[in-house]
Amino acid sequence: MNAPFQPDAIRLDRLPLGMRARVASVDWAALDRGEATRLRQFGFDEGVTVEALHLGPFGRDPIAVRVGRMTVAIRRKHAGAIGVTPLTK
Amino acid sequence: MNPLPLVAVAGNPNAGKSALFNALTGARQKVGNYPGVTVERHSGRLTLADGRPVEMVDLPGSYSLEPASPDEAVTRDVLLGRQKGERQPDAVVVVVDASNLDNHLRFCLQLIELGLPTIVALNMVDLAKRDGLELDPKTLERELGVPVVETVAVRRRGIAELQQALDDMLSAPFCGVHQHVKSDLIHLQRRAREIATKAVVSETPVRRWTHRLDTVLLHPFLGPIILALIMFVMFQAVFAWSETPKSWIENGVAWLSSLVTGALPPGLLRSLIVDGAIAGVGAVITFLPQILILFFFILLLEGTGYMVRAAFLMDRLMHGVGLSGRAFIPLLSSFACAVPGIMATRTIDDPKDRLTTILVAPLMTCSARLPVYTLIIAAFIPNTRLVWGVGLQGVVMLGLYLTGVGGALLAALVLRRGVLKGSSGGFMMELPKYQWPPLKDVVIGILSRAQIFLKRAGTIILGTTIILWALASVPQAGPGQKQSDVSIAGKIGRAIETVVRPIGFNHDIAMALLPAMAAREVAVSAIATVYSIDSPDEKAGATTLQDKLQHRWSLATALAFLAWFVFAPQCISTIAVTRRETNGWKWPLFMVSYLFVLAYAFAGATYWTAVALGL
Repeated sequence: MNAPFQPDAIRLDRLPLGMRARVASVDWAALDRGEATRLRQFGFDEGVTVEALHLGPFGRDPIAVRVGRMTVAIRRKHAGAIGVTPLTK
Repeated sequence: MNPLPLVAVAGNPNAGKSALFNALTGARQKVGNYPGVTVERHSGRLTLADGRPVEMVDLPGSYSLEPASPDEAVTRDVLLGRQKGERQPDAVVVVVDASNLDNHLRFCLQLIELGLPTIVALNMVDLAKRDGLELDPKTLERELGVPVVETVAVRRRGIAELQQALDDMLSAPFCGVHQHVKSDLIHLQRRAREIATKAVVSETPVRRWTHRLDTVLLHPFLGPIILALIMFVMFQAVFAWSETPKSWIENGVAWLSSLVTGALPPGLLRSLIVDGAIAGVGAVITFLPQILILFFFILLLEGTGYMVRAAFLMDRLMHGVGLSGRAFIPLLSSFACAVPGIMATRTIDDPKDRLTTILVAPLMTCSARLPVYTLIIAAFIPNTRLVWGVGLQGVVMLGLYLTGVGGALLAALVLRRGVLKGSSGGFMMELPKYQWPPLKDVVIGILSRAQIFLKRAGTIILGTTIILWALASVPQAGPGQKQSDVSIAGKIGRAIETVVRPIGFNHDIAMALLPAMAAREVAVSAIATVYSIDSPDEKAGATTLQDKLQHRWSLATALAFLAWFVFAPQCISTIAVTRRETNGWKWPLFMVSYLFVLAYAFAGATYWTAVALGL
């Protein structure tokens, strides 16, 4: 599933803190098998609402992201494989 | 006789599965191992209302039946009836976090699909309410097609209802299991989300507690400071709080030893009991309070959910040396003991990350080194105050800890560039909600640590001490001879001495090094035993071990001895657990060799620097 990025989509690692967004596409091919499975298990999927909550103190890495009702930490590198469309209220 | 019905407790990590298991089975639990894999099997017994016993087994937390770790593979295999050493469960209790349904229901749906009789425990409904979430268990029951029971495991709410549901289920006839139908994850996830949405009665958006706490604890500036403070308080407490109980134990040992000295005539038997058993084991069990305090903090940090935050804060730095933030938890545990630390590396997904963490874990200053450090520091480092509240002894102790940490980071860096070259894995972790762990669970954890430690003191340490006593006592020295020169242990010590003489070690140390292979703290009891055999006329406690050391060792030798123990892999248990966790002798041998080389080099460098400085 290598859906093209939508024009208004940005990468999850560029999403400003506190802004909610919808997952537009996930570049599964950019992740290795184990990482892809974990992301799916955390609930990353097209259409899911996410929000970047916290950044690591060194190099703004990793990122704490709310996925649905869960908060997970992922590295910047992996967040880069996830395209999101910011939601404006 | 038919075996007892077996009920498996399964669920996502952080669903409160173990708390529910504890509430169902009480403290009578058995911890074993699944054959062939290094995954712990927790089982317990539950008695139904009519008196029928049921065996319960707590399966490792899993996100799905597609395993990403050895633990998750066991969960899958048990449920499919494929796990060696385990019969297929007769029923499953699936624990789901009420406030995280859209994620937890996915695994739940997968389990229901298996066709085993299933009950869903809708757990932590109180936290969901606090988050403004109202759920309808009836809707959930209808959608899932299995009984749903609301529970708050940590407060034992809903436990009786859950037992009743289990009773009903096990009484009903049951016909056969489906084979594993493999619905794909994405499909299950969408269905889970659908059901979760239906089950929500009302939802009031509130600022969640966990989020509020995280804005402070994960703050880019405050976060690391708070982490450093917590570490500081923890290590301070290990020393400060342990003083009083430690002196009780010391007095008890001295009392016991004088009691036996008075009751028995002088001779070999008295020497065996007083110099061998009491002096040896006594020197070691005085460290029990420190070890338990350290474990108390680690269990508390884990139970509250803070440990994962610490991993989050440290990930980037750890990444710099080729480790992941996940390694922070095993490495922190290794400050207590490398054995549970190495076992905790199982949560690291990437094999090379995990192996590197295992190989550097013994460099963390474990509590078994404390007896050695404390003794030498007390004997050789003057108790002067540098500034208010900071003493020289404390600074030296901190220096030893930091040398260990620095050594570990450097070793990781070198290993990742060399033998364990390759891209490092990721860091993906769930940040669970903060919660106050039930005191009972913390107490159970501490008691089991105390038991393990005392068992070690009673077996390995007592055994090696007695063997050493025997080797050090025969043959008996004639008049004018020193016992430690004549005895068998003395001769072995002589041989080791030729190797360690260049790094400043004397005959006493050489004799202590071999038994200390069993466990580091044996070095203290070994030296105690050797000295008390050497001077049989002194009444127990007339001169302390400290005084004896001051007379026999130079400062340079003492410092070299400390440097040696920062690196030396002197612990049979660590080597054994490394062999088990890496499935072979290759990596434990590698670990032992590189650590001995480092120990020799650093002890030598310390000794010769100290000599050059005229110490």
